[in-house]
Amino acid sequence: MVDVTLRIRRYNPEHATQKKPYWEEFTLKNCDPTDRILDLLHRIKWEQDGTLAMRRSCAHGVCGSDAVRINGRNRLACKVLINELGAESQAHIKVQVEPILGLPIQKDLIVDMEPFFAHYREVMPFFINDEPVPANGRERLQTKEDRAKFDDTTKCILCACCTTSCPSFWANGKYVGPAAIVQAHRFIFDTRDKGAQERINILAEPNGVWRCRTIFNCTPACPREIEVTKAIGEVKLAIQKNSPDGIIKITEIKEVVFSS
Amino acid sequence: MKNHQFDAIIVGAGGAGLMAALYASKGGAKVAVVSKLYPTRSHTGAAQGGIGAALGNKIGDEENPDSPLFHAYDTVKGGDWLTDQNAAKVLAEEAVDAVIELEHMGLPFDRTDEGKISQRRFGGHTLEFGSKRLAYRACHAADRTGHMILQTLYQQCIKNNVRFFDEFHVVDTLMNQGACVGVAAVELGTGELHIFHSKATLFASGGWGRCWQVTSNAHSMTGDGAAAVFRRGIPMQDMEFFQFHPTGIFKLGILITEGVRGEGGVLVNRHGERFMEKYAPSVKDLASRDVVSRAIYNEIQKGNGIGGKNYVYLDIRPETVNRYAAEAGEKKRIDREYVESKLPDILDFCRTYLGVDPVKEPMPIQPTAHYAMGGIPTNIDAEVVIDENNTVLPGMYAAGETACVSVHGANRLGTNSLVDLIVFGRRGGMNIAEFVKTAQFIDLPKDAGREVEAEFERIRTSKGKTRAYTLRDTMQQTMNDNVGVYRTEETMQKAIDDLHALRNTYYQDLLVDDRGRKFNTEVLEAWELGNLLELAEITAVSAKARKESRGAHSREDYPDRDDVNFRKHTLVYREGAAPYGAEIPAYRVTVEKPVDTSLEVEDPRFAPKVRVY
Repeated sequence: MVDVTLRIRRYNPEHATQKKPYWEEFTLKNCDPTDRILDLLHRIKWEQDGTLAMRRSCAHGVCGSDAVRINGRNRLACKVLINELGAESQAHIKVQVEPILGLPIQKDLIVDMEPFFAHYREVMPFFINDEPVPANGRERLQTKEDRAKFDDTTKCILCACCTTSCPSFWANGKYVGPAAIVQAHRFIFDTRDKGAQERINILAEPNGVWRCRTIFNCTPACPREIEVTKAIGEVKLAIQKNSPDGIIKITEIKEVVFSS
Repeated sequence: MKNHQFDAIIVGAGGAGLMAALYASKGGAKVAVVSKLYPTRSHTGAAQGGIGAALGNKIGDEENPDSPLFHAYDTVKGGDWLTDQNAAKVLAEEAVDAVIELEHMGLPFDRTDEGKISQRRFGGHTLEFGSKRLAYRACHAADRTGHMILQTLYQQCIKNNVRFFDEFHVVDTLMNQGACVGVAAVELGTGELHIFHSKATLFASGGWGRCWQVTSNAHSMTGDGAAAVFRRGIPMQDMEFFQFHPTGIFKLGILITEGVRGEGGVLVNRHGERFMEKYAPSVKDLASRDVVSRAIYNEIQKGNGIGGKNYVYLDIRPETVNRYAAEAGEKKRIDREYVESKLPDILDFCRTYLGVDPVKEPMPIQPTAHYAMGGIPTNIDAEVVIDENNTVLPGMYAAGETACVSVHGANRLGTNSLVDLIVFGRRGGMNIAEFVKTAQFIDLPKDAGREVEAEFERIRTSKGKTRAYTLRDTMQQTMNDNVGVYRTEETMQKAIDDLHALRNTYYQDLLVDDRGRKFNTEVLEAWELGNLLELAEITAVSAKARKESRGAHSREDYPDRDDVNFRKHTLVYREGAAPYGAEIPAYRVTVEKPVDTSLEVEDPRFAPKVRVY
């Protein structure tokens, strides 16, 4: 068992003295090393201060509600156990929790997700294929190999961990951001989809992929372990080739990445 | 208060809600989806293993292919013959078309060597009317099938310009002249009440697994839609049937898909014994969920849990799977890479939350509260029906977990929840599109939303001493202990007594810190607790009235199924009390609503028999 002090960034737009963001510390006794940060936030809200506001739903890393910045890194609060923050070896640990960066804060850990979803919608995040479906009324066929090309990017849960870890996005909120590119990748590299060219054109615009400076913050930020930077590199390559066709080799991606 | 008017309001943005919204808007209706979460946060996204449809894509089964008739039979048998057979027929037949349609919408299913949709085995799915041959019927995208369905449908809604009201929490049903005329919803960001006036309203607001302590359900699964409907006098059907999924992560309750067993995983007790061989000699670990959950519970009661504790192991280690496959004379062998590719999320959950690597060690699991078979009664067109005679309530529809068609009967088969969402969500959307073409708007009731607004003010300003969390914790504990896998008259009465005490405290002594209006998640959590308390009680009340054991409802004092007296649906009616207030309503239960037996009338193979796997 371990004691945990959580240092939380607070903000309450309705409260006379809390309208300016401030830090507040809460100490919890007897935490289990396998407790999640979300469990501790719940304990604070349920036992000490009901005004603490955050989003959460599934509590096991699949809904994407509870992206926060924990000790300076973007994580899902439900996927971080305190044992990885030193709770195994120490009697008392301190953890800092703040809202993800780059989106307007609405209350405590809750940020305005609308700009994030607006960028998502910009890349036409939906399947496009107006050709007739197979005459036998069955599924379109796809090889296992073709299916594998975009498997990684189908895992995205739109939690915004990647986009709000990206310095390019912090500097310029008009940049579509890594998550929107991941979503575009999922369709650009799906052999059944016919909208690749339109998406490539959108992402070739000034606020598309070329705002990515390959800083790599997005990849370790992803709670779904998507290779975000690689996906962005593949989209860059597709733009240079003006086509997603052909097997993309890692060496080619490296060339594009390091020349951009 | 703000007012909005749409032809159709869809409450909830999971699979059923999005499917209904898509089809209603494609049919020309002006539609709005009102959801307390951003749509992609909906719990459909947590579904893992697959969606059942008799596509017959399994290579090698060409001679004796799967058929919707077999799927319908498994659904009826899985539901312990309480399933409405017309609904099972619709589900199984339309599943094929609906899954193909999802693929046409771009859903990235895994593929067979021929490039078709890949299918795996799942509990209770067999060929040829319950034979020993297991069906490969669950169409899957790794172990994130629900995630892919949710994403695909949300994408299609964006493509079709469906209007969304995200983070709007529906709190009341608006009724006038015997019809549903809309809903009232609290906007999370402002705390303001909005009135949504509609010709048709479809509830797709999910289940209420948060009534129990150990659950696979998200924190948001609090039955808000069902409770809002029930408070306005619509009965709830078959509430006593709540599914405990056999394999939740020990203590946390996080779901471990049945697909693990579909891929060859086995359950073992402290002696290393594959105990399902005793309980279901034919299909073993792939029996129906109620059967497997009872088996685990029995093993634990006998002291056969791991280390004598209340969990057993689920083993997907390739060496274990291959050993049993060899014993069974199967050719297929698996390796580490296979497990990694087929069950990536499961491995991630176990590694993250348990520090257990399932390819090297078995997973500690226990049954977890998972799915409401009961809910808002509907017919097969997703119209809400309000009595034993299936009288339709104009303007009100329901689909998905919150609805009771009843296609799952007393126990739902794995994969059939996703089928239910897609098939009945679509039917609901199509029917709404037709309905609103000719229907007129009926006036809103006088003072629409005033009562619920006053109730919110009461909660927001309450100055008692008891936090909602302590009440919720006690409720979840009593439901786990007393209305769990096994029940008796005494345990259920104990739960009801406990719930009465909790409800009294809820009305008289609630403590709320947050007096604000913007993002007041504390008040909304307290509101959700009110919904859970009422749904928990009518679960126990309905369960007491059913003096038999059937499907997920297992009574130690009535261990046998009684088809003569109880092969009927339960309806629970709320009587006397106002929708809001301190008075606890009287609940009247009937077990009289007939089960549809249209399939067994035509084909005696569908008639009830002893349910063995």
